[in-house]
Amino acid sequence: MRLEYFEMIDRVTSLDRDAKRIEVSSTVPMESPVFEGHFPGHPLVPGVLLTETMAQASGYLVLGVMGFTHMPFLMGVDKARFRTFVGPGTVLTVTAQLEHEGSGYAVTKARITAEGKPICDAELRFRIMPFPEGMDGQMRAQARRIGLLEETV
Amino acid sequence: MSSTFETVAGIIAETADIPREQITPESHAIEDLGIDSLAFLDIAFAIDKAFGIKLPLEQWTQEVNEGKAPAEEYFVLKNLVARIDALVAAKQA
Repeated sequence: MRLEYFEMIDRVTSLDRDAKRIEVSSTVPMESPVFEGHFPGHPLVPGVLLTETMAQASGYLVLGVMGFTHMPFLMGVDKARFRTFVGPGTVLTVTAQLEHEGSGYAVTKARITAEGKPICDAELRFRIMPFPEGMDGQMRAQARRIGLLEETV
Repeated sequence: MSSTFETVAGIIAETADIPREQITPESHAIEDLGIDSLAFLDIAFAIDKAFGIKLPLEQWTQEVNEGKAPAEEYFVLKNLVARIDALVAAKQA
């Protein structure tokens, strides 16, 4: 994870296109400017960044299932629960399940665990749109970085 | 009115926080009820789940944008309900 660059996903560990489920792995860095403010002397990953992590896992799931034809943009977060604290060095397992493929939107359920313990979970909604100019290549590059394209294309 | 309308009206009332009594078959979801595109996607999700269908929103939007169909065709509730009933019937056929 590089929190300050919003690179929340280190590696895709599995993508099941039939079951529409993804599992990814991310390790919280030992140091980050984020921890200087949240909180001084008591570093904790902010809930908003855990939400972003679930959203990115869900987004890569949608990209993988749809074959990179459209871009998912986060439009809603429901039923978000943050069950325990996450500090530097924690290895996170993030899973996302595609619950519904609507026309122009998608709904996922995502959760984060660490050593099998629940960290957080939420239901996320995405608007599915054509890629803005140039974003297709950027997303493919990011997907290649985390090993997603090896799985899908 | 039909049970489909009652279900849809209930979904709109709950999802968009609109008093149920303001929602009639003649209501235009956007012009009369003030539902924006984001809220309409929430409503579409609830309708998809409730009826086990997939509202073809992208197709409808394209038809409206290209002038092939007036927005009323899809967004006046009695018309939306008729399309839901047709999708349910097609699924059951």
